[in-house]
Amino acid sequence: MAIVVVDVALKPEILDPQGRAVQGALGRLGLHGVTDVRQGKQFVLTIDGEVTADKLDEIKKIAETLLSNPVIEDFTVEVKA
Amino acid sequence: MSIDNVASAKANSNIEQPFAALGLKPDEYERIKEILGRRPTSSELAMYSVMWSEHCSYKSSKVHLRQFGSKVPANDSMLVGIGENAGVVDIGDGWAVTFKVESHNHPSYVEPYQGAATGVGGIVRDIISMGARPVAVMDPLRFGAPDHPDTRRVVNGIVAGIGGYGNCLGLPNIGGELIFDPSYQGNPLVNALCVGTMKHEDIHLAKASGVGNAVILYGARTGGDGIGGVSVLASETFDADGPAKRPSVQVGDPFMEKLLIECTLEVLHAGLVEGIQDLGGAGISCATSELASNGEGGMHVWLDRVLLRDSTLSPEEILMSESQERMCAVVEPNKVDAFLDVCRKWDIEAVVIGEVNSSGRLTVDWHGEQIVDVPPRSVAHDGPVYERPLARPTWMDARQADAPTPERLARPTTAAQVRETLLLMVAAPNLASKTWVTSQYDRYVRGNTVLAQPEDSGMIRVDEVTGRGIAVSTDCNARFAALDPYRGAQLAFAESYRNVAITGARPLAVTNCLNFGSPEDAGVMWQFEQAVTGLADACLDMGTPVTGGNVSFYNQTGDVAIHPTPVIGVLGVIGDVANRTGMEWKTAGESIYVLGVTRDELAGSEWAHEIHGHLGGLPPVLDLNVEKALAEVLIQGSQDGVLSAAHDVADGGLAQAFIEMALRADRGATISIPANIDPFVFMWSESASRAVVVVPEHHEQALASLCSGHGVVATRVGSVDDSSELIFSGVYGESVKATIDELRSTSEAVLPALFG
Repeated sequence: MAIVVVDVALKPEILDPQGRAVQGALGRLGLHGVTDVRQGKQFVLTIDGEVTADKLDEIKKIAETLLSNPVIEDFTVEVKA
Repeated sequence: MSIDNVASAKANSNIEQPFAALGLKPDEYERIKEILGRRPTSSELAMYSVMWSEHCSYKSSKVHLRQFGSKVPANDSMLVGIGENAGVVDIGDGWAVTFKVESHNHPSYVEPYQGAATGVGGIVRDIISMGARPVAVMDPLRFGAPDHPDTRRVVNGIVAGIGGYGNCLGLPNIGGELIFDPSYQGNPLVNALCVGTMKHEDIHLAKASGVGNAVILYGARTGGDGIGGVSVLASETFDADGPAKRPSVQVGDPFMEKLLIECTLEVLHAGLVEGIQDLGGAGISCATSELASNGEGGMHVWLDRVLLRDSTLSPEEILMSESQERMCAVVEPNKVDAFLDVCRKWDIEAVVIGEVNSSGRLTVDWHGEQIVDVPPRSVAHDGPVYERPLARPTWMDARQADAPTPERLARPTTAAQVRETLLLMVAAPNLASKTWVTSQYDRYVRGNTVLAQPEDSGMIRVDEVTGRGIAVSTDCNARFAALDPYRGAQLAFAESYRNVAITGARPLAVTNCLNFGSPEDAGVMWQFEQAVTGLADACLDMGTPVTGGNVSFYNQTGDVAIHPTPVIGVLGVIGDVANRTGMEWKTAGESIYVLGVTRDELAGSEWAHEIHGHLGGLPPVLDLNVEKALAEVLIQGSQDGVLSAAHDVADGGLAQAFIEMALRADRGATISIPANIDPFVFMWSESASRAVVVVPEHHEQALASLCSGHGVVATRVGSVDDSSELIFSGVYGESVKATIDELRSTSEAVLPALFG
């Protein structure tokens, strides 16, 4: 068993309305000093067996085709134990 | 990091510039050098390249579009004509209405959700920049083959994007079109229409007048979205590796747009604004050059004052950025504080980026260096104009000769075959219930929606006291335009005109969204010229001016262009929406009439397309005098309360019209097919200028005299009853029956099965 974490976020140059809304809320709550907020989503995949190089390629493919929208989003894949 | 400024452009005149990568032709580049008397700076090159693009300059279409201005009679309801952000028409009682349709085809194919969403956002900003409050949207959509694997992605994304943006804005989506044809496989068409209302005194125009007035940019911050090709320039300015390729996709924020609507209407109504312009394609380049050239002719901009989302943007990118939800206003110096106060109230960032002057130049500084110094008209209005070669495609003859005769396309000849065809046609994706799409849209928000899909037009109440309202429809059977673009455009206009008249509203004004292939293809250009001429001639005949529109070229994959698709929107006015006519036949015993003449006209019909996959022959004949007479009967019949229901006859012919009325009412009817016509032709021919109307017995005489007075042929074909069956009698000696339940379940299952 292994855990693979895929983080998906909008590309930096793409507008992030949710992040902007969170930043606006911080100001209204009197929490200053945060100059930018970007939000994304995280997928935690539990993998049967070892994460081999082949398996990792497959996961990257999953991330690229299903978990993210490569036109406007970037993703990272990280193997956690 | 050095910036290419005007001084260095004068000093080093011979450096190589990537004009070709920006889409400029060598002669266009030479012309820029001629205008400036030197090479352009990289910022100037960016501005010219985007403002002289087909999208912004209409360089291939201009020579043809002039017909809309020259041929159309001045209609006294027109308050603002072509050339402004959107045309404005007078609808009476001191009210004015503005409406416009624009394409967002290419972005919606690349990123369906955001492409469609920002299409809605863009057209809404066009409407608010005229000073109007947006009150409704409509979306004519065209997709590839319903069973193609990619169509699902595109349909789902686009429908969700339109719903997501429009619903968040709180705008009802009152109609549109949903059409599938393999010709749109790689080029779906997403056209977005918005209607806005205002009092006459609230009309505003895009011009920067008054020397010393401030130019204020307000709304969302400027980011790196929608820059696309301009990254070529950025990579020159930055290090050798260049920045990561900027995505050409923009992401919309409907909640910001909602604030922008309210903020803009408040500053306009408070009299704080001299001129206003929305930022769409070509962003700040477009807004500043258009405002300046429509006003006193000069403007200075401090570009480094623009609020950025991404501090690494180069000046070229800032000039080009198509970040959404931004507006530009010209404000007198003593009103700037009041303007900024209103922006603060709505939580909108605003900054003075420039000043109007009388220099006759548009100048832009970046941290003290002058990077742009151009005559603004040369950017905004004096772009290249092309008389592209036209040639009637050689395959037109063969296509028009391939008529759908009974020998060529097998027709049903028995009652059993007619019933089989009936059920197949009900399940045709182009005819099936559109509820799966429209239930994703908010149709009744704001509380003034009188009619919405599946009715022939959307209708909105404008004045809540008098009941004055407007009706809008958009239509186009592109297969007709593929068979004959001149007549096809006229048929699209006629259908849209009829759909407005059917509700009881009087057609007043026309807008269009002309979707075509590449203008560099002489055959496509011929189609375009034919369609524009056809529409302009028809508008002249019917006395309805074109108030604005949009051209979308390059809708083609490789050498294969889409069907020429001139989508025509017609807007009409009704004195009191309580007098409208809907399509639902409500009362048993009332008589059903067909108005107009049914001929053997199956070329380009839904039947030929759905059953045989055939496209050939000549489209239905159209006599605009007949269309006008029919409209008069429909409008008057509605006003006088003669008609209890009315419905357009178009795609799918009379069979489809009867089915739609029965489904709307959940009530059956018996239709006796007249003996003098072939039952198949009666049911599925798509002859123009026809409507189905329903009248109570005590009004039959009134209908007869109305029709004879206008020379409209009326044929009584049956009556509404209490049954749950639609019965066609006289079908090759037998009767064909279908239950309402069977028709409904067939019709409503189609789209969910394909895309749900």
